[in-house]
Amino acid sequence: MSIETTSVTPPGGKSLLQRLPIVSHFNRSVGLQRGMLVAGLSLTAVFLLTAIFAPLLAPYGFAQISDSDGSFPAQQAPGGQHLLGTTVGGYDVLSRVIWGTQTAVMVIVVAVTMSIFLGVILGLVSGYIGGWVDRILVVIADAVYAFPSLLVAIVMAIVISGGQSKLWGGILAAAISITVVFIPQYFRVIRAETIRLKSEPFVESARVVGASSIRIMSRHIFKNATRTLPLIFTLNASEAILTLAGLGFLGFGIEPSNAAEWGFDLNKALADTTSGIWWTGLFPGLAIVLTVLGLTLVGESINDLNDPRLRGRKRAGGRRRMARAVPSTAKGTTEESTS
Amino acid sequence: MSTTPIPAAPGAGQPAPVLSIQNLEVTFATDGGDVHAVRDVSLDVQPGEVVAIVGESGSGKTVTAKTILGLLPETATSAGVVLINGNNIISVSAAKLRQIRGRDVAMVFQEPSTALNPVFTVGWQIVEGIRAHTGKDSRVSSKEAKIRAIEALRKVGIPDPEVRFGHYPHQFSGGQKQRVVIAAALALNPGLIVADEPTTALDVTVQAEILQLLRDLRDSDGTSIVLITHNMGVVADLADRVVVMYQGDVVEEAPVAELFAAPRQDYTRALLAAVPHLGRDSASAGVTSRAHQDRKVLVSAENLTIEYPGRLGSPAFRAVDGVSFTLSEGEVFGLVGESGSGKTTIGRAIAGLNRTTGGSLKVLDYEMLTFKERSFKPLRKDIGFVFQDPAASFNPQLTIGECIVEPLVIHRNPTPAQARQRAGELLESVQLPASYAARYPHELSGGQRQRASLARALILNPKLLIADEPTSALDVSVQAKVLELFRDIQQEFGFAALFISHDLAVVDILSHWVGVLYRGSMVEQGIGSQVMGAPQHEYTKKLIASLPVPDPFEQARRREANRKLLGA
Repeated sequence: MSIETTSVTPPGGKSLLQRLPIVSHFNRSVGLQRGMLVAGLSLTAVFLLTAIFAPLLAPYGFAQISDSDGSFPAQQAPGGQHLLGTTVGGYDVLSRVIWGTQTAVMVIVVAVTMSIFLGVILGLVSGYIGGWVDRILVVIADAVYAFPSLLVAIVMAIVISGGQSKLWGGILAAAISITVVFIPQYFRVIRAETIRLKSEPFVESARVVGASSIRIMSRHIFKNATRTLPLIFTLNASEAILTLAGLGFLGFGIEPSNAAEWGFDLNKALADTTSGIWWTGLFPGLAIVLTVLGLTLVGESINDLNDPRLRGRKRAGGRRRMARAVPSTAKGTTEESTS
Repeated sequence: MSTTPIPAAPGAGQPAPVLSIQNLEVTFATDGGDVHAVRDVSLDVQPGEVVAIVGESGSGKTVTAKTILGLLPETATSAGVVLINGNNIISVSAAKLRQIRGRDVAMVFQEPSTALNPVFTVGWQIVEGIRAHTGKDSRVSSKEAKIRAIEALRKVGIPDPEVRFGHYPHQFSGGQKQRVVIAAALALNPGLIVADEPTTALDVTVQAEILQLLRDLRDSDGTSIVLITHNMGVVADLADRVVVMYQGDVVEEAPVAELFAAPRQDYTRALLAAVPHLGRDSASAGVTSRAHQDRKVLVSAENLTIEYPGRLGSPAFRAVDGVSFTLSEGEVFGLVGESGSGKTTIGRAIAGLNRTTGGSLKVLDYEMLTFKERSFKPLRKDIGFVFQDPAASFNPQLTIGECIVEPLVIHRNPTPAQARQRAGELLESVQLPASYAARYPHELSGGQRQRASLARALILNPKLLIADEPTSALDVSVQAKVLELFRDIQQEFGFAALFISHDLAVVDILSHWVGVLYRGSMVEQGIGSQVMGAPQHEYTKKLIASLPVPDPFEQARRREANRKLLGA
């Protein structure tokens, strides 16, 4: 009875830094879970740093096919001037991969911010007001769920930029299509939390003192309903990259002269594989895999650490061993009640 | 902490104890470091003995009980010895532990509705337990297991056990479900039953029946019972010997009569003094006519009916059925009833949280039948509300100060300095330091939170306060202090109050006028001390007779009287 309540670390009482999502999760983690979190965090940090310092790191520009010594050779194997080789069009693979992180970060930021804002607002209103507003919004959200996300993305790409795009046109097309697909996720989560919180005594006590609906939503429900957002944020970020790469692979991406894009490069590398040219496909592919892996690891670790039943702890009494508080109690409970 | 020799069970010379706990220590790994839930507990349980472990929340009583069955979560490490039939529960293998559970020791849980699996029949669940314990040499056929399960159901007083065997848990009432859980525990005739708050989730009238059942089992089968409870009335009713725990330690161990008559430790004395005792310390002692009748009437209900819409095709559920009462300025009206009696619904309707569906309910001259949030809003500043669970009624993201001034901010729009000052004043009037305004709700204890909750309800000087079970989530010693504070503040501020509770003794301490609700109808109302002392209605009589009092001799006498009343 007292076990569950004592195991939840209260949010306040510590410095602001220690209460930040990732930092607090790191402090709470132990053993394998800490390893997963650290691995995810390092991969994500490498990804972000590469994006920020791309102009310094990349040996050439993303659309550069020649320098002072003349044109780059096409399909050159890794080594020498071009560490990871060059593509059939004469682009430097290493530079394309490094510049590609920038595109990926921009798409993630634009897509996820837009879907968080819209999803959270719609979820709060729909959950709190209820009635026919709620029903209509839920039906729309379900309808969007039913669409294959790539199909939506393709339609958006055509609507926004006529199918072929400049840098921002391409990024916006990808971002908006991802937004449309992700809004229902945020909407669903926030709406469910809002409905749960609506019947909590502290919301009722706000109603009893006469607080308006807007005040209740913004002051009492909003902060309490958004706890799971860091989790969906990281998981969606990795999905956003996959959608972007998928778009690029299908040819709805960004023209190589406007920005570097991993999916597009993979598409171009398709023909190379049969002739034994592995480097044009391998490195953009690895970049996608590692970025998605990093973000997913962070997301999954946060998920586990948020749940006191899944969170590992140091063994009591100082012995450092992973102890997973898995449903041993629950198991015993059912056993006992029936025996 | 030494085990006092106790009179052995009838017919036994000096038998070995069924359970022997020696120097038990349990430590939990939590985010805040190690928590020592049980420090050094030693106790013995003799055959046929009922040992009660009492203590407030966090005293380690439930953890001790779970250790007896080896049910601790894996975050816990335990040291010491828990001997049952020569097996040390702490060190035996998982397979051995499974054999011991059910055969040598069984558990009865607090909440019968969650202890039973809703998708299986109760018969199946009992049979499963019986057949789980058949070895190669002692195979029990399903037919035989069924006979034994039916026998167990009959033993716990389930009528028509052959038919009820095939019923699902939802087809039983709460008290019957607890009987089924006890039947499942008894199916293999264990020598020891661990009952963790077996009656806490039940109404008093049902509680009396379950306690009677446990007593009969002990008398007929000689089953030993370890009873975990916080309710001193239950202890006085059932236990032979009492172990008082406080912060993981045993502070006192004594036979029940001795403990209640002459508690040795200060903690035990304080604990016993805090338990509300029906008929003592009544707010309306010596009053002969209803007070405050010359004052203005704040709430008047006439033939009030509240219905909840039923599901498709089923009729609406009538939670409140034709209730009439008035509440005048300065008066404390106590509303008593068991779960489902409609008492909370009435309180919520007065605060505008539920809609009324018939009759008339006038709150501050506003007719609630034609309720519109917009027109009722100006009146909200005159109504304060204290919720049952102090932990849940504060927004965890706001400080106590911000929560308390919320009504003030909404209705008066004060400057931050004014609001801060007022919050400080109010906190001091509920006996909390003004500096607590900067704390977050989870940094306060349950009792402190409920005081802060009272401060929030009073910040606008309301004419009317509705308190819905304000002390039922608190420990007895904390409850006593909150009740005392409530009484002082009511006298100081002079507001009218509707005090809703299931606990007759608590209501009697505060209320001038008491109404008893039963299944949505007001069966009796009158001056508190008169209703409690000389109840008129059959239901009130039964309710009062079922309430165990924290005094073993008086309780034994009451139990006899109760049996006659229930039998009649």
